[in-house]
Amino acid sequence: MGRMAEVVGRARAAFSSGRSRPLEFRLQQLRNLQRMVQEKEREILAAIGADLHKCGHNAYSHEIMGVLGELALTMEKLPSWAAPRPVKKNLLTLRDEAYINPEPLGVVLVIGAWNYPFVLVMQPLIGAIAAGNAVVVKPSEISEHTSQLIANILPQYLDQELYPVVTGGVPETTELLTQRFDHILYTGNSAVGKIVMAAAAKHLTPVTLELGGKSPCYIDTDCDLAVACRRITWGKYMNCGQTCIAPDYILCHPSIQSQVVENIKATLREFYGEDVKKCPDYERIINKRHFKRIMSLLEGQKIAHGGETDEATCFIAPTILTDVSAESKVMEEEIFGPVLPIVSVKNVDEAIEFINRREKPLALYVFSNDKKLIKRVISETSSGGVTGNDVIMHFFLATLPFGGVGNSGMGAYHGKHSFDTFSHHRSCLIKDLKMEGTNMVRYPPSSQKKLDWAKFFILKRLNKGRVGLIMLALLGVVAAVVIKMAFY
Amino acid sequence: ENPYVGLVSRLRAAWLSGRTRSLEYRMAQLEALGRFLEEKKQDILEATALDMRKPPFEAEFSEVLLCKNELNEALNNLSRWMKDKHVDKNLATQLDSAFIRKDPYGVVLIIGPWNYPIYLLLVPLIGAIAAGNCVIIKPSELTKNSEKLMEEVLPQYLDKDCFAVVTAGVEETTRLLENKFDYIFFTGDSPSGGRIIMTAAAKHLTPVTLELGGKNPCYVSDTCDVQNVARRVAWGRFFNAGQTCIAPDYVLCSVEMQEKLMPALREAITEFYGSEPRNSPDFARIVGDEQFKRVQALLSSGRVAIGGQTDEKERYIAPTVLVDVKPSHPAMQEEIFGPILLIITVANMDEAIDFINSRERPLVIYAFSSDNKVVNQVLERTSSGGFCGNDTLMHVTLTSLPFGGIGSSGLGMCHGQFTFDTFTHHRGCLQRGTGLEPINTLRYPPYSTHKMGLIRTATSIKRRGECFLL
Repeated sequence: MGRMAEVVGRARAAFSSGRSRPLEFRLQQLRNLQRMVQEKEREILAAIGADLHKCGHNAYSHEIMGVLGELALTMEKLPSWAAPRPVKKNLLTLRDEAYINPEPLGVVLVIGAWNYPFVLVMQPLIGAIAAGNAVVVKPSEISEHTSQLIANILPQYLDQELYPVVTGGVPETTELLTQRFDHILYTGNSAVGKIVMAAAAKHLTPVTLELGGKSPCYIDTDCDLAVACRRITWGKYMNCGQTCIAPDYILCHPSIQSQVVENIKATLREFYGEDVKKCPDYERIINKRHFKRIMSLLEGQKIAHGGETDEATCFIAPTILTDVSAESKVMEEEIFGPVLPIVSVKNVDEAIEFINRREKPLALYVFSNDKKLIKRVISETSSGGVTGNDVIMHFFLATLPFGGVGNSGMGAYHGKHSFDTFSHHRSCLIKDLKMEGTNMVRYPPSSQKKLDWAKFFILKRLNKGRVGLIMLALLGVVAAVVIKMAFY
Repeated sequence: ENPYVGLVSRLRAAWLSGRTRSLEYRMAQLEALGRFLEEKKQDILEATALDMRKPPFEAEFSEVLLCKNELNEALNNLSRWMKDKHVDKNLATQLDSAFIRKDPYGVVLIIGPWNYPIYLLLVPLIGAIAAGNCVIIKPSELTKNSEKLMEEVLPQYLDKDCFAVVTAGVEETTRLLENKFDYIFFTGDSPSGGRIIMTAAAKHLTPVTLELGGKNPCYVSDTCDVQNVARRVAWGRFFNAGQTCIAPDYVLCSVEMQEKLMPALREAITEFYGSEPRNSPDFARIVGDEQFKRVQALLSSGRVAIGGQTDEKERYIAPTVLVDVKPSHPAMQEEIFGPILLIITVANMDEAIDFINSRERPLVIYAFSSDNKVVNQVLERTSSGGFCGNDTLMHVTLTSLPFGGIGSSGLGMCHGQFTFDTFTHHRGCLQRGTGLEPINTLRYPPYSTHKMGLIRTATSIKRRGECFLL
């Protein structure tokens, strides 16, 4: 038996034992995770720093803070999330128990990405544990330090059979995907997303795909440009542009283009100082392959700012491109780097049209003082999520589902949405073996009378008035008695 | 060239025009569907009678009544379902507007099965229309009269630009699936059908709901009112001549209970269908010759205790009970989907639960007992799409319960608001103001130990509020 089959088989046996199901066990594992993050903070920050040239402050606020927040929220809310959810009943089921029971799915696979290598593995893991599943964790091999660290420390704090970590590259992931899982959450690009879904299809495994795309950022002429550009600069160049929800490109009227450039330049100086290469707060491109990929996007472009690179250190300076043509290479693929193209549009109609001609993005950003305009852009476009007058921030509100649509993905998670994603919502109807009277209307031999009674019990009326619950109950009892007398 | 490219682009153009998005438009289309069910009720009864000799009561109950339920549920609640859902905010977003926007997906495909050709097509259709999508509807080619009804009559009621009915066999459906849809809802009986759909969907990253099937176990404990159990199980099994995805497939009970069940089942069947079920207007037929042969072959498993008679010309299979069935028998290898109830004896509830858990997770599990603890034990120690204690089929009449499978019995759910949610992209939206920029400075570089300290302190305010300061 292959290594993957062994690991998954062990996780499945551990799940079948039932020990991941009691709330107390799940809470204990989550508390252990919390301890792990607190006790191993230095090592986690160091690993992320080694992978992405990320300073401790950034690594803490980008990755650790979010994980601690999610843990705290989940531990607090888990009892209420996991409780059976009673549902509205009809006349026929008034005396019955009807509820939705959240149950674990079984063995879940979480495949992480390299750009936020810790949080993108941990956040799904938290939700999957909370929902009572066994979880196979596969961190991205491209962020090798973090991947190795996770493989080392997770088993020190969590149940080793229920939550194994699998490391490796494409061959190992391919082998892993031949195994049967009960849900797969994958974070990465659309091309691999298709491969994951096709592999999942063989086992009819539901998937959550957190993919990407080009997240547009429309800047209206009526807006506080200084504030808008500061926020955009922060979101664009954090993690050296390697953020799935970074504003990928700007759409704005040509008359404000130079102002936008100047504002961003000023903000960049504010953030990173005069020599960005020496600034400890500025990250690097993850590896040479991506460095070369981003470099090729600059060919033939008008560089309004930046453009300096150093291949040896995978450094690319914060760069702005102006007068970018919609057909150019930099407008074809997700940039995932510190290059910000500005494309001119005459007005918001053109911007909406531009956005709608392309694949649905993971995030969409609009900056305007005009609330109605923002509402309009949201209503006339489609995207995974939206932040108005800022960037990135919808990611940090756990009550909002975080996920894509179309090419940018399917499904969502964060907070309760994670719990629900990794749960099976089992409908339960518990009836009485008595009260056979009301059942008689449905048994053959049929009659018009029986049909009329069936309609009475089951058919929802169009809302012309509401019958109170007590009235309904009375009706039900009366009906039961009448029927018993009629059909017995 | 793909024969459906024109059709799909036409619907996509209609979608992009934005016509399906207003509440008024959706309500008008749903009301038109309501008129279809009212005005064409007789046609529905006739078509399903021709297709599988569906008894008029069953057809009216399942194909019309249950559809009307879903329709009225949608009409009564649509404006509420469509509204932005405002969500709780954290410290940093207190002054912002945070909500979940319900966006339609776009152009969706619904593939219906043959066993409830109207109901199982209309339930997802109602949700898809309610959610604001354009829809391509593909009824089953096995039920020719119902397919014709959908193809010729349904479009008379709906906006032809936004909703199209396509008739297609296996090959054409394969070509249809090569096109890009924004959602695919498939109801069918086999895991292989589901795999084909999901594999085709993967090529376009199209999300799917698959309503499949499986073998639904029915545990009957020793403490129960045998006659009531027999009636409820027989009703669920023989409704639509057993061609129901949530029918009880096999019974698990003790030898003693089997002995009590046999006469009770006999009595229930006679009560329902008379002494000659073939003459009863309330008993359906198998839908086609291929299916008839398949089900007939299963009769050789175990021993016929009740029924067993067949008539190939009529595609009639009598309400049948088989006993002495072993897991290795053909009848235990596939979903029966016919009027044959299997009885498998087990020593006790634990053995029944182990038996259920050693097999693929079914669409529904039934448990009968006058002891509520027993019912709850079976519920807690097993996994299935849905669960119904002390009755069969009835959980689908409650639109407030989600209907769907797990594992090989399917993924996703529908009924009531769940269908609306299935065809909706839940889009997280945060609308911020441009004021209060000073608060944002905490997140901007350059970083200082001072800033970091603030963030850490703020982060350690846990428990009551959220953790994020940013």
